[in-house]
Amino acid sequence: MKTKEALINYCLRLADNNLILAQRLAEWCSRGPFLEEDIAMTNISLDLFGQSETLYTYASELMANGKTADDLAFKRNERQYFNNLLVEQPNGDFAFTMVKQFLFSTYAKTLYAQLMESNDAFLKGFASKAIKEVKYHFRHSSEWVIRFGNGTDESMKRAQNAINELWRFTDDMFVMNETDEELISTGITFGADSVYTNWKFTVDDILREANLLLPEDNNVVEGGCNGIHTEHLGHLLCEMQFLQRAHPDAKW
Amino acid sequence: MSSNNQFPQWEVFLQEKNGKPFEHQGSVHAADKKMALQNARDLYTRRNEGRNLWVVPTEYIAATTLEEEEEFFDPAADKIYRTPNFYKMPQGTKNL
Repeated sequence: MKTKEALINYCLRLADNNLILAQRLAEWCSRGPFLEEDIAMTNISLDLFGQSETLYTYASELMANGKTADDLAFKRNERQYFNNLLVEQPNGDFAFTMVKQFLFSTYAKTLYAQLMESNDAFLKGFASKAIKEVKYHFRHSSEWVIRFGNGTDESMKRAQNAINELWRFTDDMFVMNETDEELISTGITFGADSVYTNWKFTVDDILREANLLLPEDNNVVEGGCNGIHTEHLGHLLCEMQFLQRAHPDAKW
Repeated sequence: MSSNNQFPQWEVFLQEKNGKPFEHQGSVHAADKKMALQNARDLYTRRNEGRNLWVVPTEYIAATTLEEEEEFFDPAADKIYRTPNFYKMPQGTKNL
């Protein structure tokens, strides 16, 4: 695989993660548990939409085939999305959404800290800017996880249930394919191993503080970075892409 | 969202720049200090308004009442000599 093709794939993977999670968070708009949290979740959503837009724009420039950032967001099919399985999972209740956010934001925070050392100037700049937003998302979601775990029996049960359900999708964030091999060999990325070590350390730390436990049997599912998804992504895209599919290139 | 299931209310003060006073912005609901700061950040600083935030539980703010208005504030109304209106500016003074 050529470096440029690998870099395009990698940017799509990062962008798709942000886009799909942003879309999930947007589903909470006007349905938050209380007004301030409704705003907080849509605020995080907007941050992620912004990050995905930056990444799609860069990918489209690398492709140089006339495709725009919007084309990449709205005109690809399920198998052409490289996002991790975790972010496409349905929101469930508020605890489920926050645990999902916590697992992802911890990952993004760790990954971007690493990408700040990339020898690709764009990725380096992107990571340096995005990490500030992502650290805040981590702060917001991890504090909720701690509150749930130490709150009422009900909040603890819901948070524990979310971890039990979502844990099997977390290995998927650390799967590497030929895209990673190419980018590691050229110093653009650094591989998932140290990201995993740091991610796991932080996750363990927060779960300990929250008195929540990791599930024993985790029935691992993988495939996101190769375009293999759970049944939920297709439904999400169906709704997200509806307008572009029904009225291609419609202008506002 | 009825009002009786909300978290306690906090008052939000925002400092625009280093050295400037903290100014009251409004209020947020939150369960604890951390949540109050985050909610305040999301509500009042999204458009690059500030650099530092204070949050204070509303119940800890002591306030004068409208009934106390006369005795608290009216006595100052006719004491114009407390304002600097009658000082003559020395000639050539700048930046005063």
